[in-house]
Amino acid sequence: MSSATALSWFARHELRLAWREWFAMMTGGRRKRARVAVVGLLCFAALLHLPAWAVIGRFADLQLPLDKSSLIVISATIFLAWTLMLSQAIESVTRVFYARADLDLIMSSPARLANLFSVRIASIALTVTVLALLFSTPFIDVLVIGGGARWLAAFGVVIAMGLSAAAIAIAITILLFRLIGPARTRLIAQILAAIIGAGFVIALQIAAIMSYGTLARFTILTSGSLAAYAPDVDSIWWWPARAAMGDHEALLLLLALALVLLGGVMAIFSHRFADTAIDAAAYGASGRVRTRERPFRGGSRQQALRRKEFMLLWRDPWLISQTLMQLLYLVPPALLLWRNFADSSAALTLITPVIVMAAGQLAGGLAWLTISGEDAPDLVATAPLMPSGVIRAKIEVVLIAIAAIFGPLVAALAFASPSQAAISAGAIIVSAASATAIQLWFRVQARRSQFRRRQTSSRLATFAEAFSSIGWAATAALLLALPLAGLISGLITACLVAITWRFSPRRA
Amino acid sequence: MVSDDAKPYGVAVMKPDSSALDVKGLTKRFDRLAVDSLDLTIRAGEFYALVGPNGAGKTTTLRMVAGLLRPDAGAVSIFGIDALADPVGAKQVMAWVSDEPMIYDKLTPLEYLEFVAGLWGIAPATSEPVAQDLLGSLGLEAHRHERCEGFSKGMRQKVALAGALVHDPRLIILDEPLTGLDAVSARHVKGLLSARVRAGCTVIMTTHILEVAERMADRIGVIASGRLVAEGTLAELRQQNGHADTSLEDLFIALVTLQAAA
Repeated sequence: MSSATALSWFARHELRLAWREWFAMMTGGRRKRARVAVVGLLCFAALLHLPAWAVIGRFADLQLPLDKSSLIVISATIFLAWTLMLSQAIESVTRVFYARADLDLIMSSPARLANLFSVRIASIALTVTVLALLFSTPFIDVLVIGGGARWLAAFGVVIAMGLSAAAIAIAITILLFRLIGPARTRLIAQILAAIIGAGFVIALQIAAIMSYGTLARFTILTSGSLAAYAPDVDSIWWWPARAAMGDHEALLLLLALALVLLGGVMAIFSHRFADTAIDAAAYGASGRVRTRERPFRGGSRQQALRRKEFMLLWRDPWLISQTLMQLLYLVPPALLLWRNFADSSAALTLITPVIVMAAGQLAGGLAWLTISGEDAPDLVATAPLMPSGVIRAKIEVVLIAIAAIFGPLVAALAFASPSQAAISAGAIIVSAASATAIQLWFRVQARRSQFRRRQTSSRLATFAEAFSSIGWAATAALLLALPLAGLISGLITACLVAITWRFSPRRA
Repeated sequence: MVSDDAKPYGVAVMKPDSSALDVKGLTKRFDRLAVDSLDLTIRAGEFYALVGPNGAGKTTTLRMVAGLLRPDAGAVSIFGIDALADPVGAKQVMAWVSDEPMIYDKLTPLEYLEFVAGLWGIAPATSEPVAQDLLGSLGLEAHRHERCEGFSKGMRQKVALAGALVHDPRLIILDEPLTGLDAVSARHVKGLLSARVRAGCTVIMTTHILEVAERMADRIGVIASGRLVAEGTLAELRQQNGHADTSLEDLFIALVTLQAAA
């Protein structure tokens, strides 16, 4: 078999694996659901056009040449999308390194490893780009419908961004391996992905709060002071914005740059990709984390269970990165709280929905890890305690963790506005309890390491958890502004949770 | 210190009974009948090996005994405790080890044993020295402060076994405990189990390694199609089959073939 044939054969193999993984994610691993998944995906894509219209519809009429403020807003939006792609690409690359499914087979084959790993790098870039295209299509559709075919060039910008994000993610991850070793790279890469994904939005919010006392990001982007510092309108910094609006020269240059970047990464890192993958695989067999010696602790059986859950949560790399991300999202509202401490500013009201939603989301993840993600189910099931006692201890762990994270923020809020703090505390409890209850009703037996797949095991539970967090966040915000509307929103959200229970397998 | 809800082991209310395990009419059906009205009695202090072909119902039987699976019909009594009516009391005196070691990757062996001892309500003053001894006797002393995530399957199996022994159970149920163990590790495990039996503990174990059953077990039960088709000491099994000098493997094949033909 010639080298070119071998490469195309391996590329087909990689694409088939990527397609089947994506298909399994969409259908929850059940082939019979394919039609439902396709219909659901089309409906979701159609629905996504509505928020896309609301967010981006007003920019459709923009024409080149643009003023600095418009260029800043479009460039910032493109950069935000790029940071999200980079975050996802880092996560994908780390996963490829640590999943040794076919590594032994590839390493032991007589094929040239550099070629095979070049294909694998290209496959990661393609996956990131396709996903970005899927999510950006409704937004670009809106621009094309409202502003004409010239906006089709935005697809080219998305492709350039996807390729460059994948290339940089591979370079970052391999450099992390070389600098800090495989033992720490996994955790640091996850934290880095979380920070990169959330960092830009949070930085904009912080700048807006510090300068204008508001959480609105566009305030800082459209401000005159930023425009004064920004480069001239013909600077290369605006190429992505110009390319998205139909400047073909800028688009071709962007695509060429992205391809050169990806090609460069493939040429430089494909050999190291193999070494890095070997190191990561070897880490599984040799990397040992030691803990210090301490005497056994006593207490009840429930205490033993709680201690174990807390210890596992504390040592969970996913949870650390997710908690860090949630805490990062809490920085702007905390800053807003600090700035408006003495005021009765309306801006302060914005804090409540943010923290209520964060609490619901985090509680859902924690509940999955403690309730479904039990690595030794037989041990716990054969222990001499009632199943209800086990579940109670696990729920207590989730609620204690939520209280520890959000308690200080609510306490600080109580100094500025006791009534708002009371409503926030109540909504946090209800939101966390709802997310935990949904995870309890839809619990499955799984390993903690399967956390990424939790959202595919039950679409209903995933959507119910998200809508319950949003619903309770809206309820809390409305209770502060329009109490009657808040009560109605609370009733609707409670009904949604009740309907979820009605359809849950645990009820059967 | 042990709190109110943590009964020290060995205090579960038990009727005086010389049988460690008494199973009557145990039945379980999935898409087909997995266990068919099985009767089984294992005496206290006995090493009992349950052998049978793949899919014979060995694991299903033991999972029902351990309280991991609810039987469709039948009764399970462990040292006189009705395991279906009082599962907590029954679980207090037994331990379960499966063929796939289920331990926590992010805990060290010592932390794992501390957790297991806590679940069984054993006071730290009692469980800690036992845990240290167990890890020493299983050759894991040097790894006791390392997280289990990098352990081989054999090491993980030994940690799981130590977990089963740390609360000093009166009945140990093991499902293929020697799968994946190297010769040295397997000898460690067999030695530990024999020592427990000598100390009065009851062991029931499924295995595909007939040599292990032949050498270690006081009695052997042969299960096929969810039924106990033969039971007794090796000598009794030979006598039942009419061959005084035949191996367990030959006996096993003869019994299973006969059952399949029936």
